[in-house]
Amino acid sequence: MEGIQIAKESDARGSFCPGPLMEMIRLVRSANVGDVVAVISGDEGSKKDIPAWINKAHYELVGTEEVAPGATRFLCRKNH
Amino acid sequence: MKKILILGGGTGGTIVANRLAHALQPQDASIEVISDSPLHYYQPAQLYIPFGEEDPRKIARSERKLLNPQVKLRIDTVSEWIPDKQALHTARGDTISYDFLVIATGSVPCPEEVEGFVAGADHFYTPEAAYRLYHKLSEFEGGRLVVGVGGIPYKCPVAPLEFTLLAEAFLAHKGIRSKTEIVYTFPLNDVFNIQSVVPVVRELFEQRSIRAETFFNLESVDAEKKLVKSLEGTELPFDILVMTPPHKGAPFLRGHPMADNDGWVKTDRNTLRVNDLPNVWALGDTTNLPISKAGSTAHFEAPAIVEQIVAAIRREESPPGKATYNGHVTCFIDSGYGKATILDFDYDHPPAVYEPNEFRHLQKMAFNKLYWYLVPTAVI
Repeated sequence: MEGIQIAKESDARGSFCPGPLMEMIRLVRSANVGDVVAVISGDEGSKKDIPAWINKAHYELVGTEEVAPGATRFLCRKNH
Repeated sequence: MKKILILGGGTGGTIVANRLAHALQPQDASIEVISDSPLHYYQPAQLYIPFGEEDPRKIARSERKLLNPQVKLRIDTVSEWIPDKQALHTARGDTISYDFLVIATGSVPCPEEVEGFVAGADHFYTPEAAYRLYHKLSEFEGGRLVVGVGGIPYKCPVAPLEFTLLAEAFLAHKGIRSKTEIVYTFPLNDVFNIQSVVPVVRELFEQRSIRAETFFNLESVDAEKKLVKSLEGTELPFDILVMTPPHKGAPFLRGHPMADNDGWVKTDRNTLRVNDLPNVWALGDTTNLPISKAGSTAHFEAPAIVEQIVAAIRREESPPGKATYNGHVTCFIDSGYGKATILDFDYDHPPAVYEPNEFRHLQKMAFNKLYWYLVPTAVI
């Protein structure tokens, strides 16, 4: 995910469903249109929940990446 | 003599104070509760006010009368907490120090946080709001009822589900069910955040023709057009909108170094200590723990905190397991038509959910009356 400027990031490791998803929603709410926000989750359920929410809200899932064993960073662009 | 300060005169603070008074002699420690109200509210009763089944004037009692005489009660509001100095400032200008501190200041519904909420939506999270909704439902002649959750976390996770089911039964009893569409909204991808509960709720919704709108994160309410909008872009028209407002911790905790921006206190899930401070604990709605914000949570958390404080004062070791909380929560789900079910779970055991029945409903109704005699008084 090099070259992408992350406006806000939250490390939600240690919280479980729905913690990381609610953290993503909180970040998106507080972001400006065009910003990319990121949440790091250690919860397996986030791999389904966070992309599903981004899709429902018609935002853009910029990407996902493993940042540590069992920890995934989700990047979302608030495009509207 | 040690000084124990307990912030909050709700279920959690009152149980801790009374348990400490039972366990300690007056010469061991002074116990003081600081509450911003002289009244203790039984908040679960607010659910029944909109249906005319509870009187808002009868759901509160004197906190003084619920407390053991050994416990001092101070009516004041905490304005600042300074952990380094083991002291608090209050709205009346007092500075109070402590040796042990228990934070049980609960959660605060914040409808003003959502654009248009106050003008266009109703809720039942205060006696006054629940009473306004009673009048609105009494005059309702049919249309579109939208019930939903306006933010997570919130007080009593099953309450919006219960309200939806009770409203359906209320409208059927009133003879206007066929003229009313009921829509339930939830911020996540299903109707509830505990997976084992979902199939039972979905079945009840199907039987009662209640439509669920999921991934609906409340964005704003247009009171004039009677339209509620979600962050996801969904718009729902309504005639009555009943939304659980966003909740926050007590104002003095919002943004405090020991809490997050919304005021949920950083709490250890087992010891309930705050941010590893050796002499400060939190319980009930106050914590940042991902468990139910409910009276039963505080009820089951209180013994672990009391055990640790008593052991510290007596310079004893606590027996294994007695000084830790295992995530135990119990709550009823009233489904209307004189039936209810019960959820009982902890950190390691999700709830098994059973079909609602008459016995559980009677049990819930009896508990609502017996609460005053058994729970804050620490009889059970």
